[in-house]
Amino acid sequence: MEYEAIIGLEVHAQLLTESKIFCGCSTLFGAEPNTHTCPVCTGLPGSLPVLNKKVVEFTIKAALATNCRIAPRSQFARKNYFYPDLPKGYQISQYELPLATDGYIEIQVDGGKKKIGIQRIHMEEDAGKLIHDFSSAREAHSYVDFNRTGVPLIEIVSAPDIRSPEEASAYLRKLRAILMFLDICDGNMEEGSFRCDANISLRPKGEKGLGVKTELKNMNSFRNVQKALDFEIRRQTALLDQGEKIIQETRLWDAARGVTASMRGKEEAHDYRYFPDPDLVPIVIDPAWVEEIRSTLPELPDAKKERFIQEYGIPEYDAEVLTSSKPLANYYENCVRFFPQPKIVSNWIMSELLRELKKDEREIEECSVPAENLAALLRLIDEGVISGKMAKSVFEEMYQTGQKAEEIVKAKGLSQLSDAEALTKLVEDILAAHPKEVAEYRQGKEKVFGFFVGQVMKATQGKANPRLVNEILKKKL
Amino acid sequence: MELYQLTAHELHKLLIGGEVTAQEITRSVLERIAQVEKKIHAYITVSPDLALTQAAQADEWIKKGQAGPLTGIPLAIKDIICLQGMPTTCGSHILENFYPPYEATVIEKLKAAGAVFVGKANMDEFAMGSSTENSYFGPTYNPWDLERTPGGSSGGSAAAVAADECIAALGSDTGGSIRQPAACCGVVGVKPTYGRVSRYGLVAFASSLDQIGPLTKDVRDAAQLLTVISGHEPRDSTSINLPVPDYAAHLGKEIKAVKIGVVKECFEEGLDLEVKASFWQAVNTLAQLGAEIKEVSLPHMPYAVAVYYIIAPAEASSNLARYDGVKYGYRAKGVSELLSMYEQSRSQGFGAEVKRRIMLGTYALSAGYYEAYYRKASQVRTLIGRDFQEAFAECTALLMPTAPTPAFRLGEKVDDPLLMYLSDIFTIPCNLAGLPGLSIPCGFSQAGLPIGLQIIGNHFQEEIILQIAYAFEQHTDFHRRKPNL
Repeated sequence: MEYEAIIGLEVHAQLLTESKIFCGCSTLFGAEPNTHTCPVCTGLPGSLPVLNKKVVEFTIKAALATNCRIAPRSQFARKNYFYPDLPKGYQISQYELPLATDGYIEIQVDGGKKKIGIQRIHMEEDAGKLIHDFSSAREAHSYVDFNRTGVPLIEIVSAPDIRSPEEASAYLRKLRAILMFLDICDGNMEEGSFRCDANISLRPKGEKGLGVKTELKNMNSFRNVQKALDFEIRRQTALLDQGEKIIQETRLWDAARGVTASMRGKEEAHDYRYFPDPDLVPIVIDPAWVEEIRSTLPELPDAKKERFIQEYGIPEYDAEVLTSSKPLANYYENCVRFFPQPKIVSNWIMSELLRELKKDEREIEECSVPAENLAALLRLIDEGVISGKMAKSVFEEMYQTGQKAEEIVKAKGLSQLSDAEALTKLVEDILAAHPKEVAEYRQGKEKVFGFFVGQVMKATQGKANPRLVNEILKKKL
Repeated sequence: MELYQLTAHELHKLLIGGEVTAQEITRSVLERIAQVEKKIHAYITVSPDLALTQAAQADEWIKKGQAGPLTGIPLAIKDIICLQGMPTTCGSHILENFYPPYEATVIEKLKAAGAVFVGKANMDEFAMGSSTENSYFGPTYNPWDLERTPGGSSGGSAAAVAADECIAALGSDTGGSIRQPAACCGVVGVKPTYGRVSRYGLVAFASSLDQIGPLTKDVRDAAQLLTVISGHEPRDSTSINLPVPDYAAHLGKEIKAVKIGVVKECFEEGLDLEVKASFWQAVNTLAQLGAEIKEVSLPHMPYAVAVYYIIAPAEASSNLARYDGVKYGYRAKGVSELLSMYEQSRSQGFGAEVKRRIMLGTYALSAGYYEAYYRKASQVRTLIGRDFQEAFAECTALLMPTAPTPAFRLGEKVDDPLLMYLSDIFTIPCNLAGLPGLSIPCGFSQAGLPIGLQIIGNHFQEEIILQIAYAFEQHTDFHRRKPNL
């Protein structure tokens, strides 16, 4: 039978505040264990949480950027469960009254745009980290690092509007780009500052009801999310085709084996016993504050994309790629500022630059070629100093060494022969040396033209300005 | 008269008059402790060295003319308030060796005022109880009758004040834990408005109900102590930013024509006859002082105990989850995996009543029961608050007995939790509504046991209930009687 996948995603994004959500401790990653801690984030008896206003501000930014409704009054709740990385025995989160609800973002799908609903965005604190030491089998120890405890997170829950792994991936990319454009999350999936869980069920195509869903966890890249969903669709399809039932459960993605496996165990039986946190008063949002925040919002990916299409006249596909991250968009715009031929700039970034970066798994921020330098290279082509073909090898060298185009061209003597007088003389010599070919050309065998170009290039070791060579040849023939 | 028998305001006069030193007062109190503590067991920890060091420092301040009303005054602190330099046990095995690495806000304020800390007072484990019998460290005995409990959970604080083992004390009140033991021990106890005193450093039992307050020998001392510990504090999100009056400065105002309501639901059943008689006598005294007495009704009050025993255990079940053997406190020996570490540490570390309430609360919050229990209780709580506001539309303060009976015998109720819970029938409504309430001695039973009168005010009206209590105290001498030890 043919099935349709119903997918919903839950994203946890770490907010880029300087201090934790309920105390003044630093949120910096990578410090010595348990050095960014205090009585509050280690849950000492008698300590109390105090909400960091910056966290609310950042969450409002996320809510506005995803077209959510901001609740005038929301509340923190306690999610109760025991785990050694959770020092209070409960996580402060939001449950019945989240800060934001009912939003959406748009993704690009085959045949146009699609809205994916956002059910809710709520604030919560992160847990700590366990470090297991099995170096001595008999004396195995587990250690707890509370540095991450209390680092602010937002959880963004999508509606079950996603219908394929590709859409899931597009949704995640868009959401991540939005948060990064807002400067509220660094989007780092490997370090866990942008994490995703998925809910997926199947139903026979055309039906309205919902099937039994499974929850997928432990996917730490876009690719893994897509692969895990692919696998789960195949697994559920096979079960349903055999007339078996899907069990509602949590399954962990095993990237090494490429399968999802049931998590079975006590975590399954959780009843979190949510209730309003009596230590924190309800959060009342002043609409004027929301408007103030709205007025400071930066240009978001969709708006930027539209502007790129309008302002630079580049194709939608180019604009989509170039606005997939803020630094990349900035790079493009900088480059265009120094070399105002938007399509040429776009071509170079999308092919040469992104290819090199992808090869090295680098981000645009780590690129050794500043936008200004790329623009200078493009100018050299435009002015005929080097050919497009030469430019590609010059670019590779720029990328490897960080040198400027002019320096490389100069050091290697690569600049084109654009001396019209010298070239004219050379052309005359070549024509004189090949009377047979000249005669053929003049009788209409135009193919021979390429032969003459080749001869000029050979004589100049490829340095002759092709445009000029063409002109002179035409004149002399 | 011995120094330890005096009140803080009496001692303050002697101190600034140069007639005694803080060190002499502290030594006097320490000697008294040495004398009677064996009988009373008011303390979990006594810290003579710290107390004498602080007293010496207080003497320096006094010499320089920098003495405030609490400078050099020896206090007992309920062992649920974090005070650096000694353990904060909460009367529990699970925190037996817990030394807090930080100071509660009230302790910071008292230190800045030059107070002296003699020790940490005994209490029901995690403030759960009405008799101080639930302390891991053994019960406290009522100074008026050593076979009886001092009430609870701040029984150590109340008994220490009554037995002159300190000049004044701090307790905490979640459902009556300051007022009920104050009544049982014949001292003054104030539960301030929720949000008046910072809870930072008060180990949480039920966060939406807990407040720290004073237990003292008379109303003036209570007013002074309350003035020092009150005030907004950013580290407690539930503390309220309102100016703190000098509560002692306004004592002595007449209470003529002040409208005082008597809550009629208090007399329905289970009220001890002697308590009832003392209560009406007190009402008469206030009427004689010019107060206008009227009957008022709190129709939802009969549900208060039921509501409380959903909300308080629910919050407690979550608040006490942090005692898991991972970071501090008791960890069971001989366990090798996580789940049994949790189970054994908590089973062995907590006493029976605490475990009972954790189970009650966990149940009330569980999926499928939340709506019927926690949510319904929260709704009734709102109705109780509304009842009070309707009553305050007609009068300035309300009167109730503090406890339905005088102090009961050790062991009398300990095996009957429901009976024990009813000890707080008159004090719980105040906590649910977040209102300030105080208990003041208003008589003695024929057996010589103290009886308390409870005065309840509207939010942040501590000033008024203290004025009424002071007027009453000026015309009675119950507060002057001392137990025979």
